[in-house]
Amino acid sequence: MTRAERIKALKAAARERILVLDGSWGVMIQRRQLSEADFRGERFARHNHPQQGNNDLLILTRPDVIADLHDQYYAAGADISETNTFSSTRIGQADYGLEDAVYDLNFEGARIARETADRWTEKEPHKPRFVAGSIGPTNRTLSLSPDVNDPGYRAVTYDEVYDGYKEQARALHDGGVDLFLVETIFDTLNAKAAIKAILDLQDEGYEPLPLWISGTITDRSGRTLSGQTAEAFWNSVRHARPFAVGFNCALGADLMRPYVAELSRLADTLVAAFPNAGLPNAMGQYDEQPHETAHFIEEWAKSGLVNIVGGCCGTTPDHIACVAGQVTGVAPRAIPDRPVAMRLSGLEPFELVA
Amino acid sequence: MRPTFINVGERTNVTGSARFRKLIVEGDYAAALDVARQQVEAGAQIIDVNMDEGLLDGVVAMRTFLNLIAAEPDIARVPVMIDSSKWEVIEAGLKCVQGKPIVNSISMKEGEAAFREQAIKCLRYGAAVVVMAFDEVGQADTAARKIEICTRAYRILVDEVGFPPEDVIFDPNIFAVATGIEEHDNYAVDFIEATRVIKATLPHAHVSGGVSNVSFSFRGNEPVRRAIHSVFLYHAIAAGMDMGIVNAGDLPVYDDIDPELREAVEDVILNRPQRTNVSNTERLVDMAPRYKGEKGAARVVDLSWREQPVSKRIEHALVHGITEFITADTEEARLAAERPLHVIEGPLMDGMNVVGDLFGSGKMFLPQVVKSARVMKQAVAWLEPFMEAEKAGQPRQQAGKILMATVKGDVHDIGKNIVGVVLQCNNYEVIDLGVMVPADRILDEAEKHGVDVIGLSGLITPSLDEMVFVAREMERRGFDVPLLIGGATTSRTHTAVKIEPAYRRGSTTYVVDASRAVGVVSGLLSPTEKAKNEQATRDEYVRIREQYARGQEVKARATLQQARANRWRPDAGQPLPPPPSFTGVRAFDAWDLKDLADHIDWTPFFASWELIGRYPQILEDEIVGDAARDLFRDARAMLKRIVDEKWFTAKGVVGFWPANARGDDVVVWADQARTTELARFHGLRQQIAKSNGKPNLCISDFVAEDGDDWLGAFAVTAGHGELEKAAEFKAAGDDYSAILATALADRLAEAFAERLHKEVRTTLWGHSPGEDLSVQELIEEKYQGIRPAPGYPAQPDHTEKATLFRLLNAGENAGMALTESFAMTPPASVSGLYFGHPGSHYFGVGKIDRDQVEDYAVRKGLSVEETERWLAPILNYDPAAIGRADAA
Repeated sequence: MTRAERIKALKAAARERILVLDGSWGVMIQRRQLSEADFRGERFARHNHPQQGNNDLLILTRPDVIADLHDQYYAAGADISETNTFSSTRIGQADYGLEDAVYDLNFEGARIARETADRWTEKEPHKPRFVAGSIGPTNRTLSLSPDVNDPGYRAVTYDEVYDGYKEQARALHDGGVDLFLVETIFDTLNAKAAIKAILDLQDEGYEPLPLWISGTITDRSGRTLSGQTAEAFWNSVRHARPFAVGFNCALGADLMRPYVAELSRLADTLVAAFPNAGLPNAMGQYDEQPHETAHFIEEWAKSGLVNIVGGCCGTTPDHIACVAGQVTGVAPRAIPDRPVAMRLSGLEPFELVA
Repeated sequence: MRPTFINVGERTNVTGSARFRKLIVEGDYAAALDVARQQVEAGAQIIDVNMDEGLLDGVVAMRTFLNLIAAEPDIARVPVMIDSSKWEVIEAGLKCVQGKPIVNSISMKEGEAAFREQAIKCLRYGAAVVVMAFDEVGQADTAARKIEICTRAYRILVDEVGFPPEDVIFDPNIFAVATGIEEHDNYAVDFIEATRVIKATLPHAHVSGGVSNVSFSFRGNEPVRRAIHSVFLYHAIAAGMDMGIVNAGDLPVYDDIDPELREAVEDVILNRPQRTNVSNTERLVDMAPRYKGEKGAARVVDLSWREQPVSKRIEHALVHGITEFITADTEEARLAAERPLHVIEGPLMDGMNVVGDLFGSGKMFLPQVVKSARVMKQAVAWLEPFMEAEKAGQPRQQAGKILMATVKGDVHDIGKNIVGVVLQCNNYEVIDLGVMVPADRILDEAEKHGVDVIGLSGLITPSLDEMVFVAREMERRGFDVPLLIGGATTSRTHTAVKIEPAYRRGSTTYVVDASRAVGVVSGLLSPTEKAKNEQATRDEYVRIREQYARGQEVKARATLQQARANRWRPDAGQPLPPPPSFTGVRAFDAWDLKDLADHIDWTPFFASWELIGRYPQILEDEIVGDAARDLFRDARAMLKRIVDEKWFTAKGVVGFWPANARGDDVVVWADQARTTELARFHGLRQQIAKSNGKPNLCISDFVAEDGDDWLGAFAVTAGHGELEKAAEFKAAGDDYSAILATALADRLAEAFAERLHKEVRTTLWGHSPGEDLSVQELIEEKYQGIRPAPGYPAQPDHTEKATLFRLLNAGENAGMALTESFAMTPPASVSGLYFGHPGSHYFGVGKIDRDQVEDYAVRKGLSVEETERWLAPILNYDPAAIGRADAA
């Protein structure tokens, strides 16, 4: 299939059923107990920064591990798998001194996922598999000062974030992703820089790809880390006309539900959510069992809240298999018609009916 | 339908406000932020930010101000209008806002190409746009030109660029009228007409404008200008204008304008035929000086509620927690009533019922209810002497009698006090026995008063066992009244598994928080619902017990031997912490309360009032924000008094000793020779089966077995004076302030622990001398080293506090003591051990097995049975079941 055909197939599939995204990468990579040498591989054997923990780097140094994880998730029933490129921006890789590897990380990350997806599509043509280019939040924030004594200070500029995202998106596009997933957004301004970077790629002649925007409500206050409510967040990103919008990370499915329900009511596009496997225990581990996660998500599906579901931190192929099993045959959420209005936001939403 | 109109605040516009311009030019951004804040508080739904001033670098000023606003949740909650005539200033602004702003403005002044390019950028940045009626020829003045330009711009935006029409706002130019130049007379009419056509022919688009322009010729005469604005808006809004840059909250209501002035203004705005021999403009100019002296009415506290009948006034005072007039109002009601009791049963109870309904429906929150109770108490206190004087006085009709107590060995009572107040507000009589109440006293008092319900509270884990004991005693002594369980350490599971089975004659119910107390109590006292509710709870607890039993069977555990083999080991590269600056103990007599106040973590303070959310965001929360702000204001005011008037004394003691790990214990040596054992802290090790190479942790892992390692310990309190102060408030009928004082003492003690730990890390021990962390980072514990407390997850055994207190001589050094359950007194106290190793971190021991309990009992020199009692909450087995199995 060409990419245009795949995008058409993706949109058609979303109309027919609830789509399933893959689960966490961190936990799965941790389980492999890889050594510093594994992370470095030959290419970075003599690099002067420690690389253990730089999960994205495994794309270049242990592509077998990455391909295997895509494979496990597709086998579990995921329609969409994310590239392992959550931190593959110039800003994210600066901690590891790997700014110059960013293009390769994204290009190869997309290519590995693409190959695995295509193999599955060939095997199961009735259930085509898709690749979402994962674009994480970076470790710098544009709306918050890291220095309490200087609230106007910013550790990074909009242009740096924008340039970093553009470089990442370009490489993911070149590598063959079907859609972009701007995810784990704790600061909406970072996400807006990513959106602008992606939209601006059109000016370089890049074919527009579907865009999935996924924010993070950090706790029961119902706000992002940068302070926005769910509705304010949606108002801030709706201009991207995303293929899907939703939430992921920070919360388990039970605590995430009210915010997903809120978006479900508000968003005139697909709603997507991939929660953590509950909240971490005192040891920072996730205890929620696959059937428990699936049970919550099944309820979302049956209540007509969601179009795409999956898992974030702590979820495994077993979780995804359970989730996929539970949502099979459940009708996807119908996209609501909302009255035309100018919808703005600060930390809170603002609406002026036209 | 009433047309909607949105005020855009103009006070943060250097071209609209001389004061703001001065502040920005002088670089006084703090005061400039206050201007923005006041504007939002006054009701601006959007704030216009404009930095177009010749003396300023507009890009820098815009960026600086918007970044500062982003840090102020009470300002940042509304959208921003980024206002500049320079595109580079607008673009700098667009790079600073996470919300969706409005750009003010773009136009076709430089031609269609530039207009299109800027529109695409606005779309991709995610902004709505104001489009000025301006083209290559110039600014549109007549209605026809305004309509022509706006229509052309609309077609480009909507059809070519793909701009959402609902995000397009036209500004068809408001120009000054009454200038004396005849061509200007129709300007207001032109605007209003253009507005009407734009709204009718360009679907979903909006119309806005800078309103103050229209009255420009009356500069210096604010009353007349405001009247002009009001009249202009009245007509423009009717024509469809839906936004405007106006001074929010500053306009007279159209109907309130002096009719003569209004007519004259209207003639000017609508360009009507002149009524007299002078032109409309001249007539208004002549009239204007007469209105100049009119000052805007000063904003005063709204006391209109004082004009209502007395029962309504009492209700208002109760709902809003106002004590100012309550004694006078109560007296007025008493004089009108047949008996003083009728005042309580009538207006006061009616008012409290309103409070109860508002609370029940989530429209009031705990701190507000507690304030209502303060008003109620003052009213009742006023009536009491009159009721006593009435010899024939009959007892007041109450909904029920509830006895409450914090169990033996436990000293915490904030939650219990809040529950008591809430119940009293709902007409229950509450008998509060206070803290550290032994079981026999609870039950003696319950018999004596013939109570309907007994409520037990506890905060530390040994209290769980004490509650089981009270329940067993109730069974033995033949009680059958409902038993309620609450408090931070209690849980539904513990209540179901341990307490409920001990008390079969009556029902046992776990109450999750104070907001549930009234519902639970009324359900248990209702003659019709009681049986049903009790059965439902029993059924639920049976299910919980079954679930619990199942959960017990499946967990994979490691033996103690396996767990020890899988202990945590420091990285070889990590050095041991350096020697501390002294060994032995050092006491602090009176730490500066101001310093502690600055280190308070407020989030748990709100949680203690059941307002859940992170500080400071909670202050802006849509639902509880109002309640949180009021509470915070009261808390800050009291904190200031605590500091200024030295209500409390903060005492503490800290010590360091040579130390080495011995198995799961940490031995504290008398001196550097490391031969004489001064004390020994016993650790408990995690026994959950681990994978991924994760270790089974014990606190002793963070201390080296050999070599020069060290251990620190501390005990601090901010509670000297706390009980006296709380009692003083309570005696005055002010439970709200009593609870507030207690909650603040707790926060100060926690702040003391945090502050002292910083001193320890940087100086006293000095393992992190260069540390430079903000208060927020301290709260988030982003530092090296930990300070776990006995009784908490890393070492859940409260009895270890005995060793800690002995070693620190906390009694003499800080005036602190332990109860028989090892709760600390004064209640606002914190203690713990200091570990300095860079790898040390917090963890939870979790459930432990019998092999470890036996081993631990030997190490502690206690019987297995007694050890099991202290460790009951973390046992991975049921000692009673094992006992039965052994006997069989």
